[in-house]
Parts: sequence; structure tokens; C-alpha cells
Amino acid sequence: MKKSAESEYEKGKKHWESSFGEEPVQDVDFSTVSSESVKPLYGPDDMADLDYLRDLGFPGEYPFTRGVYPTMYRGRFWTMRQFSGFGTARDTNGRYHYLLDHGQTGLSVAFDMPTIMGYDSDHPRSEGEVGRCGVAIDSLRDMEILFDGIDLSKITTSMTINAPASILLAFYLCAGEKKGARSDQVGGTIQNDILKEYIAQKSWIFPPEQSMRLITDIMAFCSDHVPRWNTISISGYHIREAGSTAVQELAFTLADGFAYVEAGIAAGLDVDVFAPRLSFFFNAHLDFFEEIAKYRAARRIWAKRMKEKYGAKDPRSLLCRFHTQTAGCTLTAQQPENNIVRTAFQALSAVLGGTQSLHTNSMDETLALPSEKAVRSALRTQQLIACETGVINTIDPLAGSYFIEAKTREMEEKAEEYFAKIDEMGGVVKAIEAGFFQREIGRSAYEYQKAVERQRKIVVGVNRFQLEDEAIEIPILRIDPHVEIEQRNAVRKVRTDRDNDKVSRELTRLGKAAAGTDNLMPIIVDCARCYCTEGEIIAALKEVFGEYQEPPIF
Amino acid sequence: MARKIRVLIAKPGLDGHDRGAKVVANALRDAGMEVIYTGLHQTPEMIVESAVQEDVDVVGLSILSGAHMTMFPRIMDLLREKGAAYIKVVGGGIIPEEDVKRLESMGVAKVFGPGTDTRDIVDFLKNNFQHAA
Repeated sequence: MKKSAESEYEKGKKHWESSFGEEPVQDVDFSTVSSESVKPLYGPDDMADLDYLRDLGFPGEYPFTRGVYPTMYRGRFWTMRQFSGFGTARDTNGRYHYLLDHGQTGLSVAFDMPTIMGYDSDHPRSEGEVGRCGVAIDSLRDMEILFDGIDLSKITTSMTINAPASILLAFYLCAGEKKGARSDQVGGTIQNDILKEYIAQKSWIFPPEQSMRLITDIMAFCSDHVPRWNTISISGYHIREAGSTAVQELAFTLADGFAYVEAGIAAGLDVDVFAPRLSFFFNAHLDFFEEIAKYRAARRIWAKRMKEKYGAKDPRSLLCRFHTQTAGCTLTAQQPENNIVRTAFQALSAVLGGTQSLHTNSMDETLALPSEKAVRSALRTQQLIACETGVINTIDPLAGSYFIEAKTREMEEKAEEYFAKIDEMGGVVKAIEAGFFQREIGRSAYEYQKAVERQRKIVVGVNRFQLEDEAIEIPILRIDPHVEIEQRNAVRKVRTDRDNDKVSRELTRLGKAAAGTDNLMPIIVDCARCYCTEGEIIAALKEVFGEYQEPPIF
Repeated sequence: MARKIRVLIAKPGLDGHDRGAKVVANALRDAGMEVIYTGLHQTPEMIVESAVQEDVDVVGLSILSGAHMTMFPRIMDLLREKGAAYIKVVGGGIIPEEDVKRLESMGVAKVFGPGTDTRDIVDFLKNNFQHAA
């Protein structure tokens, strides 16, 4: 900038500042939903030191701030992937065919709580929970039914499963094998992010060290046998849903990612062998621009650290590819139709932030699992964004916005502060054991709740614009209690129909291997193939690994 | 002077969503109640045992996994079996309206749905369970 121009700019800025200062402003909280301050105006001086090639680069090029692929949505749209599962495998298979018939392009399995926690449907702890908040899967038999009529070599499947991820992956591979899809043909993702379970989602089974061993075993196994599989979906979604701020979501998620990279390296793997199969999963929350900045910052931070700190050479190791889901915790039971609008704004932020795949929540999810009609509107929301709004025409359209670039930088800096703090505590596992993340998230959640109750943060239909005596009248999906009985009988039948000598041999072999250092994945696949149930495999591992307990703090 | 209300906040079943439970626990504590939190993955037996042992006035159950029609009645039954039916039960979570009515008709004192102001929970507990010392 020339000196005269500069002074013209300064003059103009001072003039505006004094005009702004003279006018009254509304008594409204102008901070983000995460309570980060926002200035009324951003300008060239907010990105004066921005270096285009160093900080942004071109799409598909380091540091990938503008997107992980050169073509982005001109090449293909994001994958429209609705997370779905309820009742028995047969019930959910019907929903998958429905979604595929309506233009969905990938599958995403929601499991019930017993499956997530490693109990068979006939275990006493499963009572009342079978098929309730996801589909019940006990053995390979259920997995075969789940994907009946679906070509596993053509579609990719994401499975939201963590502590027992190795087992569900084994079921999937065996189901593929039986249907003629080889393990080097199938593609998909297991969430397999145990660190965020201890931090936020709280569905753990084994202690951290043993859990990390299972994860590095999966990474090694998949790089040899299942090259198209994303071995971990490092998830900020649940951290955010548990009440964190946007910066905490960003920082804790990437910190978990770095911890997996370090674990892989410590297990003797070459970073470029496993890092290309790591992917991420973020939340799309309410604050539109803050979210877009978050996704852009995530790509830049990941690329820089992978290159500079971990010495990754393969460009694919540097890519922060991510799935996004709109924020379930922002949906309201009151005036549920408003949730369609909320979800649309959130989904738009994910698309403007360059997501690789997207789940849009349904309007009725504060009350139950979504009905067919509600989930169709949610899918249509994505199709509207892709086909009608025009936002896909150009890549990273908000780049160069004074506000977006300043915010992206600010989030990166704040995340770096958290990384330093976590390092000081001795890393992610130590910080979990000290309750650090849990306390930070719990505090943010409570602060937000108080801000809502003081009317500093507005929730339309809840603390403003309410309806008097609103009756909630939308049809909701009900799970027939008979599902539990049916599923209990089904798993018992599996146990009588199989070769039980083989089953006990394989389970014994697994227990022995767990006590040693061999990769457990091939043995878990053998167990799956002879119809060992999930609960049996978990029990064999628990014998050796023990179970994790969290001290109850609030 | 009134005795402080003692509350057990509990997470029954396998569900790990503890945001709501913790927010409510904090709000009740800040409102001057004595709050005990069970932690996660509790069986009905464990919850009732804690409730009796801790001599609470009220148990607050948080369930988001859809298992509420199993967990609430089981806990109410166990409280009766232990001769502790004087301990009241309230709850919250992802619970459809129809089930709220059924639970309240079974004797659950109140089910607080999504979007509830924590001050309404505080007021409800104070108005209904505040005993003289």
C-alpha cells in the first residue's frame, strides 16, 4: 500500500469508527455461540500479514486451507450420508434401500447401545436397549442381513463404532467376502476414535492403553488388506455435542489425531502408510462463520503439523478430509419444524467449509429416531444446497473475506494454545486421566446453559418467540418392544447353528494373542467368520485387557 | 431452617450422553442442594442402592437412549422393594410425550423435556421436596 493510500484508508477508518461510536447499538450479545468476541467490522488490516501461498494456497495444494481436492464440488458433490439404524438388521436394511432409492450416495450405520458397548442382545445389561437408538448387531449373521441386496464393492459404508470397532469391521469384511466383495474392494470408515470416547461420548470398554493397541492393529491390518478403508474418523462431533466451544472442538479433535499418529509411529508404522487413511468428523453448529473458519483452520493445522512435525511425505497424509453432521444439540423439541431451517443453515456452513460428506439431522430427533418423512426432508436439504443454491459453483467462495481469514487465523492460534497446554500435561491420555477435557467441556456446557437462561443467547421457540401451551404433534418413529425378543431369539439361534468347537478354539486363540503382541485383527476376522458373537469376542478380550472406569466428576 | 434437598443424579443403562445430567447437577448445586452424581453406565440396582445409602430425597434420571420405559419402572419397583418409596423420582432426556404421560401415571414425579430451564427444575424440587429440618 502506498503511503497516501494508507492515510486515506486510515482516515476513512477513523471516520467510520467515530460514526459507529455515535450511534446506539442494540442490547444484543454479539459474540459467537462459543462466546468468542466479534468486531463490528473487519478490514484489510485484519489480514495485513496474510501470505496467499503460505497461508491459503490453491485447492488441493499445501496447506490446503481452500480445500483438499483441486476440483472440490466441480469434481463431485460431497457424499450425502444419512446416519441411520434402528430395530433389527432387517428393519434397517429396509431404511437403507429407501434412502438409496431417494438419492443417498453412501451408507452410515447407527448401532444400538448394546452393540456399542459390546453386549449381545440377550445379555442382562442389554434389557430395554436392543434396537432402540440404532440397529442391533450381534454376529456376522446380522451383518449379512443388514446389507442384503446392497453391493458392498460399489457403495462405501461408515460405521459409528468405537470400542468394538475391530469386531464390526471384521463382520463387515466377512459379509463382503460372502457376497463376493474382496477386502481390497470394500471401502468405508469405522469411527474407531476411542480417545474422544473417554473425553466426551463415554462409550468405552477397555482402558486407554489396550484400546490404543487395538487401533494400531487395525491401522496395520487395513494398510495391508483393506486399502480403501478409513481406519479412524477422528471426531469432534461428540466433543461439541457434549458442550464444548468451537475452538475446543477443533483443538481437542486435532490433538486426538496427533495422538493416533504418534501411537502409529511408536508401533513402528511408517506415517505415510497409515496417515492417508485417517479422516475426521466435525460438527456443523449454529454460528455460521465461526464454523466455516473452523473447517479451514483444521485443514491448515493438520497439513502443517503432519509435514513439519511428523515428517509426512505423501501429500495424502496431509489432507484433513472430513465428514460433517449438523448439531443435534441445537435442535429443539419446541416448534420442531424450525429444526429444518436450523439444519439447513448448518449444512450450508459445512459445504462452504469444504466438507467431504454430510449428515443432516431430521426435525424430530429431540423426540425419537427420525421418521421416514423427516429423514427425507433432511436429505432433500442437502440436495437443495447442491442443486439449487449455486454455492458449489466456485471453490472456497469465502476465502479472502477479511472476517473469515481473521477468524480462521484466530482459531488456529487458540488451538495452538490448547496443544501447548496438553503437551504440558504429558499428552492426550494423561490429560484424559486428569479429567482435563471433561472439565473444560462441562464448564462450557454449563456456561452456555446459563447464557440461555439469562437470555444472552437466544434459542428461538425456547427462550424467545415461544408458543403458548404448545402441543407437540408430529408423528414419531416407535420401536416395537417385540424387536428385543426377536433379536434375543436370533442370537440364540446363531449360537446353536454354528460349529461351537471351532468357536471356542478361536476365542481361546484370541485370548492368548491379546496377552501377547501379535496383531489381533486377523484373529478377530477368523472369530467373526465362524459366527462368534460380538459379546463373546469382547468377553475374551476383557479377560485380558480389563475394563475402564471413569471417576464421576461434574 | 429447611434441610438442604439431597439429590442423586443418575445415568441408568448403557447411554453415555452426560451433558444434561452434568448441567442439571451443577445447576442444583448452585441452587444450594446437595448433589451426588453416580457416573455412567449404572444398573437400576446400583442406582437404588446409592439412593438409599446416600439418603436422598429425590433421584433424577437422565436417559437419552430410548430405554426409559424399562429403566424408570424398574427403579420405581426397586425403591418400593427396598422400602424407599419415599424417595421421589424425576427424569429427563429424549422421551416422547406419550411416554411422559405413562411415566407420570406410574408415579414418576416429573419428566423434564429438552429445552427445560434449569430454574424450573430447581423450583419444582424446592416446591415439592423441601422438608423442614
